Amino acid sequence: MSETFIEEATEAAAEVASRLRIDRREFLQFCAATATTLGLSSGAEAAIAKAVEKAKRPSVIWLHFQECTGCSESLLRAEHPTLEKLILDVISLDYHETLMAAAGHQAEAARKAAMKANKGKYILVVEGAIPTKLNGIYCKIGGHTAIDMLKECAADAAAVIAIGSCASWGGMPSTIPSIAGADSSPTGSAGVAEILGKPVVTIPGCPPNPYNFLATAVHFLTFGKLPDIDQLGRPKFAYGRIIHEHCERRAHFDAGRFALEFGDEGHRKGYCLYKLGCKGPETYANCSTIGFGDVGESNWPVACGHPCIGCSEQGVGFTKPIHMTAQLKGMSPPASYPGVVEQQGKSSFASAAALAAIAGAAAGGAAMLAKNLGKQDETAAQKKGE
Amino acid sequence: MANHSHAPRPLGGSAFTPFTLLLGVLAAIAGVILVYRFIYGLGAVTNLNDGYPWGIWIAYDVVVGSAFACGGYSMALLVYIFNKGQYHPLVRPALLASLFGYTLAGVSVIFDLGRWWNFWHIFWPGYAQVNSVMFEVAVCISAYIVVMWIEFSPAFLEKWGMKDVRQKLNKLLFFFIALGVLLPSMHQSSLGSLLVIFGQQIHPLWQSGMLLPVIYLMTAIMLGFAVVIFEATLSSTGFKRQLETPVLTPLAKIMYWLLAAYVALRVLDLVFRGALGTAFAATWQAFWFWIEMACFVVPLVTLASENARRSAGKLFLGAVLLMLGGMLLRINGFLVGYMTGEGWHYFPSLAELMVTVGLIAFEILAYIVIVRNYPVLPAAQPATR
Repeated sequence: MSETFIEEATEAAAEVASRLRIDRREFLQFCAATATTLGLSSGAEAAIAKAVEKAKRPSVIWLHFQECTGCSESLLRAEHPTLEKLILDVISLDYHETLMAAAGHQAEAARKAAMKANKGKYILVVEGAIPTKLNGIYCKIGGHTAIDMLKECAADAAAVIAIGSCASWGGMPSTIPSIAGADSSPTGSAGVAEILGKPVVTIPGCPPNPYNFLATAVHFLTFGKLPDIDQLGRPKFAYGRIIHEHCERRAHFDAGRFALEFGDEGHRKGYCLYKLGCKGPETYANCSTIGFGDVGESNWPVACGHPCIGCSEQGVGFTKPIHMTAQLKGMSPPASYPGVVEQQGKSSFASAAALAAIAGAAAGGAAMLAKNLGKQDETAAQKKGE
Repeated sequence: MANHSHAPRPLGGSAFTPFTLLLGVLAAIAGVILVYRFIYGLGAVTNLNDGYPWGIWIAYDVVVGSAFACGGYSMALLVYIFNKGQYHPLVRPALLASLFGYTLAGVSVIFDLGRWWNFWHIFWPGYAQVNSVMFEVAVCISAYIVVMWIEFSPAFLEKWGMKDVRQKLNKLLFFFIALGVLLPSMHQSSLGSLLVIFGQQIHPLWQSGMLLPVIYLMTAIMLGFAVVIFEATLSSTGFKRQLETPVLTPLAKIMYWLLAAYVALRVLDLVFRGALGTAFAATWQAFWFWIEMACFVVPLVTLASENARRSAGKLFLGAVLLMLGGMLLRINGFLVGYMTGEGWHYFPSLAELMVTVGLIAFEILAYIVIVRNYPVLPAAQPATR
């Protein structure tokens, strides 16, 4: 079944490849990588390839509120040579404040036109938190508050995706300042789900891994629905596990080998960063398995030697101080640890002496026996001679 | 099948002599150390460390021990595959020595396992990693141990007078004998393959790459013959029986040509890999390499003539040197030539050594007890002195 898929996909892939001016191989690699990120079975890459080639590109309206555009930047700045092309080819990005050429009323008109033309079919992506204090006057675009714009755009969307921690749960803008008496953030920032009053797909992270967003979009394109999500709206393929579970430094945690301060011997040897405040044990994300920046798993904060700050986790990122140790979720350290200093080998005079004695005795015994046998040989030869 | 005038018979005699008593004491010491090891762990008894996870309990007890126990394999190969019936009287004693050699080699693996209570995982379908060399070695050696007990069981059945079972077994025995030749061919070569996987961690003098399985298999068969000569000579002198030199001389000829082929292969391999130069460096590895090579080359000279092979003394010395050479080849490959990084070193602790000594003592003790009570050695006239 999947073979016919691949054959069909091969022909069409050539078309897409020429359209994008990339290798056919590069295009198929992208499809396979996306299928893997999604945790789909083999053969899915062919389905994805087919969908990307044949399906009508879904219209995407991308709203920016209280944010730094880091999420968009991470998508566009990804070093993967074809990523930016594919983003624009996989989806029809009809409204994106930082990327679109249009400005002012023209831009707003484009948004209205796209919403009307694709009513009930477009994907709404929200980047940034929504301020709620004083009726949300802290963030306005074209005279409309963030709250109004979000509600208007979400009403006719086929799906709503909140990208980044800000849109997912408020993120950094929602952090309560460390001032005596403060009980909320200055602008009363909230996530998308809170404003709409219904669950949405969230891709938290600061910024989130671009592939987690892309894979979610491609899943929608291929299967016509969004991937499975957990109770916080996070796709399970990316946020189903704690970072700590697949961390490359996990063996050091289990063995009790910790970096105790930046630049100490343990830190230089790549030991576990838990005691430096790594939030990996309480943060759900796939950073430890897919890495950042398209250069493989060696490139993500923990691999670079900095503890995870738990940017994707509400109540951890931007809330807990960086050096505060994480609360361990679902695992406890062993009762006792092996020593940190490795014993590189002992010498034993007694055994060397014993070995020498055994070797000596064996050599002596063998020599004596051989000598006796030699005598027997001689007597036998003499008898024969007689 | 067997020549009736040479039909095996129990030797009889007392099992309690000063020598057997000494063996018993050595075995008991090993037993006590092992109990301690199983309760307090490897670190409490051995000098093993993170750089050297394998010590003499693997390098000697398993790798060398199973090679020394190849007598049964080599003789079965010769008698049943190459149909050389004249060596048949040597099969049963060789098999007995192999039986204990292998059984103890198999059990030794458990001594060396950190979490020894999980040893059964390798046989359990869900746990076993069927693509690993270690899996091949473990399953093959375990299967061979079972096969060997079945191959040897006629000796027990004859003693216990279970003629029916003996007759039924006779009909099936060819199958187990065939397995008994196949299985060691597989795992003795795989023991060499283990070193292939170590890659650059093995000194070039012993890292022969894809030739390692061939080298290990060749030396295992050769060691099998050497051990048969060694053990036949020892039991003849020890039990004051007539020497079996007339049977051993033609056996030594086969062994000799195998040795010549091995030495040629070994030297050519070193030359073609460009590793021979490292043998002239001032290192421990080079030192032990020359001793190892001497153990193979000296018998190549001393056993060259048919006349020399008729001399029981020269035969015995040649066999001992070959055993030493085969042992050094393995110890050098697994320990001396194992370079795991700066600072790491290993020398067995006294307790480790005593376990190995105790195992050898137990092997000899069991051999003596069984040949005295079960029909193993061919009936023969006492030695004429």
